[in-house]
Amino acid sequence: MKLFNIHNYLLRHIQVMLSSLGELWRQPVATMMTLLVIGIALLLPAGLYVILKNVEQVSGEWQHANRISLFLQNDIADKRGQQLAEQLLTWPDINEVSFQSAQQSLNEFREISGLESLLDTLPANPLPAVIIIEPEENQQQEATEALLARLAALPEVDLAQLDMQWLQRLRSINETGQRGITILAILLSLSVLLVIGNTIRLAILNRQTEIRVIKLVGGTNTFVRRPFLYTGMWYGLLGGVLAWITLLISLLIISGPIDELAALYDSQFQLKWYAGQMLFGLPLCGLLLGVMGAWLAVSRHLNAIEPS
Amino acid sequence: MIRFEQVYKRYESQQEALSGLSFELLTGEMAFLTGHSGAGKSTLLKLIALIERSSHGQVIVNNQNLNRLPKWKIPYYRRKIGLVFQEHNLLHDRTVFDNVALPLIIAGENHREIGRRVRAALDKVGLLGKERNLPIALSGGEQQRVGIARAVVNRPPVLLADEPTGNLDPELSREIMHLFEQFNQVGVTVFIASHDQDLINQMPYRHITLQQGKLAENHS
Repeated sequence: MKLFNIHNYLLRHIQVMLSSLGELWRQPVATMMTLLVIGIALLLPAGLYVILKNVEQVSGEWQHANRISLFLQNDIADKRGQQLAEQLLTWPDINEVSFQSAQQSLNEFREISGLESLLDTLPANPLPAVIIIEPEENQQQEATEALLARLAALPEVDLAQLDMQWLQRLRSINETGQRGITILAILLSLSVLLVIGNTIRLAILNRQTEIRVIKLVGGTNTFVRRPFLYTGMWYGLLGGVLAWITLLISLLIISGPIDELAALYDSQFQLKWYAGQMLFGLPLCGLLLGVMGAWLAVSRHLNAIEPS
Repeated sequence: MIRFEQVYKRYESQQEALSGLSFELLTGEMAFLTGHSGAGKSTLLKLIALIERSSHGQVIVNNQNLNRLPKWKIPYYRRKIGLVFQEHNLLHDRTVFDNVALPLIIAGENHREIGRRVRAALDKVGLLGKERNLPIALSGGEQQRVGIARAVVNRPPVLLADEPTGNLDPELSREIMHLFEQFNQVGVTVFIASHDQDLINQMPYRHITLQQGKLAENHS
């Protein structure tokens, strides 16, 4: 008997679920407009998230730009410098080392600066020899800074400089972007909640007579609430799917120019779509917001509708 | 089955709809509630159906003191009270079958049982052939009979009717009253509010008459 009741209960839920979907289907224009509002509100934070994730990926590609320049003392011979470089390569937290003699530095500077005549007037080469070090990848910033301190303490070294300021800037821009998107996502979720809540409120007002009759013949609040919660669920779920489709179309549109741009910069960068993640996340977020919005609207208005 | 003990009902407008009302309806009894409009008939029925609560005094139905019934239990209580209205209160976007099935769906009955009981109820009121119609396609008398079928479909021990023949001609009114008699004969307690004196005087049941919220007459 008990099992039988559970069976009826589930059957009833499925019926209500399908009939509330049918209700939306019978008013295609109104439903589509609501779905578009929800879809766009969900699309914006999702799209920005994908863009941000891709920017992170680009900055990850430039990880090796995190390097240390060791400017050697002027009286160190090239040979000693070379030796030091080889020695440093054996350090566990150093990945790559390249030595550039004072003469090479001068040549490079001459090429880049175009100040040949001026340099020729100098009595001696003012530039030091340089060892350029790439630390082990994926190293914590503190570890890199500790390495920097140890390198600076070497007697041959005049100055050790960590060249990552611009990377830090990029990261903090990224961080700001992430916070911004979080705020935007919260605000837009709130708007989805309100849109669904308002739509459900109108549906409740449209069905006042029905609600009164149901209450008169012994319908509980749970029973009355159920179809509206399912309606909210459908709005959110379908809005989420719509957002997903729109996101993929938008990414498809911008992926061509982005590939071109990446090619121009000689980068291996490829736009990541996060399609699977979003296929799961967008409808789920929509569904939760939909049920919550409907719940808010129903609990606010249902008790006011009593038979009289 | 239904007992009123010194029941008062005062609305917020300070208007007193019922004052010091006491009477009792026995199990299986059929009775009429009469009086001019505004005498408090509807208010009295609303108190029994728990659409409203008394300001003072006890309303006891089926050994249950309605004052002590918490709000969340009201739906379950109402499932044991069949309600028939002057305005039928049918859902016009659903078929006759679906209208009558509503109380059973709410109670969580299974599909086969619903079909069986709805057809039995429609058969009883003589509308078996019209289960697929929308209420709007039926006459006033037929709509009222759908309302009655819905009220009795889950076999409540009490049937309340508020002016069930209010919009019907005498012939149809008599048919409707005859239906109520039939339910009474199988043991249902029937309480009908009506101001149709000609009709109810022809019938051998107790009259409970209200006058300005007070009991004026209580006789067979």
